[in-house]
Amino acid sequence: MTAYVLRRTGGALLVLLLLSVAVYALFYVAPGDPATLACGPRCNAEQIAQVRDQLQLGEPLPVQYLHFLQGLVTGRDYSTGTGVLHCPAPCFGLSYQNDQPVAQLLASRLPVTASLAVGAMVLWLLLGVGTGLLSALRRGGATERVLTVLTLTGTATPVFITGLLLLMVFCATLQWLPFPTYVPLTEDPEQWAWNLLLPWTTLALLESAKYARLTRSATLETLAEDHIRTFRAYGLCERRIVGRHALRGALPPVVALNAVDLGTMFGGAMLTESLFGLPGLGRLTVESVRTVDLPVVVGAVLGVGAAVVLAGAVADVLYALADRRVTLT
Amino acid sequence: MTAPLATEPATEPAEAPAPADPLVEVRDLTITFPATGGADAVRAVDGLSFTLRPGGALGIVGESGSGKSTVAATLLDLHRGTGARTEGTVRVAGTDVLAAPEADLRALRGATAAMIFQDPLSSLDPYHSLGDQIAEVHRVHRPGVSRRAARARAVEALDRVGIPDAARRARSRPHEFSGGMRQRALIAMALACEPRLLIADEPTTALDVTVQAQILDLLHTLRTETGTGLLLVTHDLGVVAGSVDDVLVMRGGRAVEHGPVTEVLGAPREPYTRALLAAVPRIETARERAAHAGVAYEEEGREAGAARRGADAGRRGPAAGRPADSPRPAGPARPDDSAPPADSARPDEPVRPAVPAARTAVATVTDRVPRPTTGDDDHNGAPLLEARGLRREFGRGGPLGSVLGGDRTVAVDDVSLTVAAGETLGLVGESGSGKTTVGRMLVRLLDPTAGTLRYRGRDLGTLGERALRPLRGELQMVFQDPVSSLNPRRTIGESVADPLRAAGGLDDATVVRRARELLERVGLDPAWYHRYPHEFSGGQRQRIGIARALAPGPRLLVCDEPVSALDVTTQAQVMDLLAELRRDLGLSVVLIAHDLAVVRAASDRVAVMRAGRIVEEGPVDTVYDHPQHPYTQGLLAAVPVLDPEVAAERRAARARV
Repeated sequence: MTAYVLRRTGGALLVLLLLSVAVYALFYVAPGDPATLACGPRCNAEQIAQVRDQLQLGEPLPVQYLHFLQGLVTGRDYSTGTGVLHCPAPCFGLSYQNDQPVAQLLASRLPVTASLAVGAMVLWLLLGVGTGLLSALRRGGATERVLTVLTLTGTATPVFITGLLLLMVFCATLQWLPFPTYVPLTEDPEQWAWNLLLPWTTLALLESAKYARLTRSATLETLAEDHIRTFRAYGLCERRIVGRHALRGALPPVVALNAVDLGTMFGGAMLTESLFGLPGLGRLTVESVRTVDLPVVVGAVLGVGAAVVLAGAVADVLYALADRRVTLT
Repeated sequence: MTAPLATEPATEPAEAPAPADPLVEVRDLTITFPATGGADAVRAVDGLSFTLRPGGALGIVGESGSGKSTVAATLLDLHRGTGARTEGTVRVAGTDVLAAPEADLRALRGATAAMIFQDPLSSLDPYHSLGDQIAEVHRVHRPGVSRRAARARAVEALDRVGIPDAARRARSRPHEFSGGMRQRALIAMALACEPRLLIADEPTTALDVTVQAQILDLLHTLRTETGTGLLLVTHDLGVVAGSVDDVLVMRGGRAVEHGPVTEVLGAPREPYTRALLAAVPRIETARERAAHAGVAYEEEGREAGAARRGADAGRRGPAAGRPADSPRPAGPARPDDSAPPADSARPDEPVRPAVPAARTAVATVTDRVPRPTTGDDDHNGAPLLEARGLRREFGRGGPLGSVLGGDRTVAVDDVSLTVAAGETLGLVGESGSGKTTVGRMLVRLLDPTAGTLRYRGRDLGTLGERALRPLRGELQMVFQDPVSSLNPRRTIGESVADPLRAAGGLDDATVVRRARELLERVGLDPAWYHRYPHEFSGGQRQRIGIARALAPGPRLLVCDEPVSALDVTTQAQVMDLLAELRRDLGLSVVLIAHDLAVVRAASDRVAVMRAGRIVEEGPVDTVYDHPQHPYTQGLLAAVPVLDPEVAAERRAARARV
C-alpha cells in the first residue's frame, strides 16, 4: 500500500511537471508580449522594458521556466521599482490585472467551486443511482423506458438551456427561489443551499444519466451472478437481495467513476458558474483567458490538472476499498 | 430413435417404502424452457419420478444437458419466475413446492432444504464476510434471533465443517479462502438452519481430488450424524459410488436407470449406464485403456433437444484410423461429439457419414508439414526437449522490488524434465502446483526466471523473440477452456487457418484447403469451416483447438487440461483423438491434468508436481502402482473409486488417519 502511494504520487508529479511545461509555453505562443500585457495598456516603452526586466523575461527560456518552478516551491519576489511584491509559495506568478498572487486568487474561488461540485455530486448520485436501480428492477417495463428517456433528455440538453429554463421557471415565473448569488456556507448555511439549489440541479441533471446507466447495468450484472441465486435458494426475499447484495455489487464502478467526475468538477463547471454568476474557478479561468491574464491561466490549468490526477488516484483507492478482491500494485 | 430405454425406473429401489412420508417425492415432473431467440423450446426434464426417504441419499448422475441440475433446482422451485414451465408434482418435506405461495417457498428454502452449489467462489457474495452471510441466512429463517446470536451460530457452523480458527475466519471474505475451504463454508451455510434435506449440485467438481475426498467425507459424516437427507447431483460416477444409497441415471431429461448404488454401478442393466461406466478412465488399469463396453445405443431425446451432443454418428467407421490391435471393439461407437450440435438451428444438416477420409487427411496434411519423425536427430536417443532447473517467479521484481514492497511468489522451483520424441509425458498435481506454469515455459509462452531449456540441441530458454519465431510452430499448446481460447467472432476455419497465414508463404487457397484438411483430421466436417465456435459442443470445440495447434506442424504439443471441461464420454473421445494423432504424426505430448486416471491412460512417463516442485517422476505404471512419495500416495488414495464397497473402505481408512 505504501509502495502504491509512493508510485502513484511519483506518477502524478511527473504528469503535472509535463503539464507545467506545456502550459508555460503558453506565455510565448499566446498572442501579445507578456511584458506589454503585464504592464497594461497605458505603459510606454520604457515602462515595458522595466517590467520585462522585473519578470526576468530577458533570460533564456529554460532559465525562466526553472525560475517558475523554483517559485512554486519557495515563493518569489518581484521588484516593482518602488518596492518588492512577495508572492508566497506556491507561486504561479502575479495576476496581470491586479498584481494579486495567483495562488491566493485561486484559493479565494475554491470554496465556491467546491460547494457547487460536492452539492451537485450528492444530487446526481441520488438521482442517478436511484433511477438506475429502479430501471434495473423494472427492466423491460414502462417505468424503465420513461426513466431512460428522462435521464437521457437531461444529459442531451446543454447546461445553458437547462439552467435558463430552471431560472425562468423557478426564479422568474414561480419566484420560489432567489436568483442565485453565492453566500458562503460559513455565513448562512440555509441561504447557501437555497442559492445553490438551481446550479446543483442543473449539473445533476447533466450527470445523472451516466450514473443511471452504469448503476442499471452493474446491478443487472450482479443480479445475474451465482451468489444472488444462492441467496434466493436460501429464502431471502427479493428486496433484501437487491438492497443488500445486488446494490453492493454495483457500487464499486459507481464510486470510482464518481471520484473522477468530482475531480473534473473541481476544474470548474465553467458554463454553470458563468450562467448563474457564481465566482468560482471556472469563471475565473474564463475571465483570465479573455483578458489574457497568463499567470492566472497557468495557475488554473495546473490546479485543475492536480485535481484530476488526484481524483484518479482516489478513484483507484476507493475502488479497492469497495471491492476487497482488488489489490493495488 | 428406438431407444431400448426405460422411461420409468425399471424397478423400485430395493428397500420397501419407508413407513414415514417420503422426504422428497417427485411425480411425472416435466420442465420445459421456452423458445428463445430462434432456439426451439427445450424439454429439459421429461416425465421424471423418484422419491427419497428421510435420511436417505440419492445420487442423480448424467452428462451435461441430461437435466440433472434442472431437477435439483426444481426441488426449491428456483425456476419460478424464469419462464420455465414445470408440470407434475414435487413435494419436499410435505410442501407442494410447485404450488406453494411465495412465503411458504421462502420458508422452505434454506431452512428445510438447503442447496450446495458447484462453484463456491461465485456462489458466495464477494463483498460480505462469510460469517455475515451465514448469519444473514440464519436470521431470515429465525426472525427472533439477535444479530450477535446469529453470528455465534455462524461461527459454530463454520467450526462444525472443519474450518480452523472459525471465529476469526468468519470475518474473512470468500476470496480469502481456498477452494476447499469455500466449499466447506457453503456447506456451513447450508447447515445453519439444520435442514432436513441437503441438495448438492456438483459440490466437488471444481476441487482437487484430495479436497474432493475431504468434502465428500464431510457430507457423509454430517449425514450420518444428523440424519439429513442428501440429494447429490454429479456427472462423476466415482463421486456417487461412495456417497449415496440409490442412484438415478439421467439422459435427455429421462431416467435411464434407478436403483441401489451397488446394483447400478456393479451390475448395470441399461446399455447407457454401461457405456457411461466404460468411459470413465480407470486409475487401476495400465496404459492401453480397457476395452470400452461394446454397447450400442442410440441418441434419443433429440426432440427433447436437451442433449447438447448431436446425433449418434460414428465419427470414424469401425476402427478406422486405428491399429488392428486396438482394443476398441468394432461396431457403432459411443455417442460422438463430432456430429452437428442438435441445437445449432440447422436440423437439416446432413449427419456426416463415417469417413475413412480422416486417414486420407493424415496423408495430405502431413505430407506438407515437416514430419517430426523424419528428422534424424529424433531417434538417436537425445531428448526432444530438456528442461534443467526451471524456475519461475511472479510478482514485482527488479532492484526496486524489495524497496517498493513487491513480494515475489515462486510458482515453479527447480523443475527438471525431459520429453523424448514421440513420447507422452504426464504432468499431474493439484491446482496451484505449478503444472500450467511449467507447460507454458516449455513452449516459451512464459520466460523462465532461471534454468535452461534445450529443444533439439538449441537453447530455447534464452532465444530472442525473433530467433524463436521459426520454432514457435514446432511447439504448440492446446488450452483447457475451448470456449475462451477460441475467438468467438471468427469462424472456426479462420481460427485454424490463422497459424498457417502467420507462417507466411502460402497463398490463400492453399491455406483454406489445409485448414479444411485439419478440421477433417480431427474428426470435424470441413464444410463447417464457416461456422462460429458457439455453434459447437464442448468436445467439438476442443477438437477445433487441437486442429489449430496442429496447423503449424508441431513436434511437441503441450495439452493443458485438455479434457477437464468435458463429459466422460466426450473426454474419452478427445483422448482417443490425441492418442491417434500422437501415433500417426509422431508427436511428443506433454499432458497436464489433475485427473490422475486420464494421465495414466495416455502417458508413457509421469511427473508429479507439488508446490512448484516435482516430487516423483518415472514410468507411468511404476509411479501409479508403486508410488514412493507420500504425496503421490495420498493423491492416488483420494481418487474416487467406482466400487461402493471399496469406496466405503477407503473412507473408513481416511477417517482413521
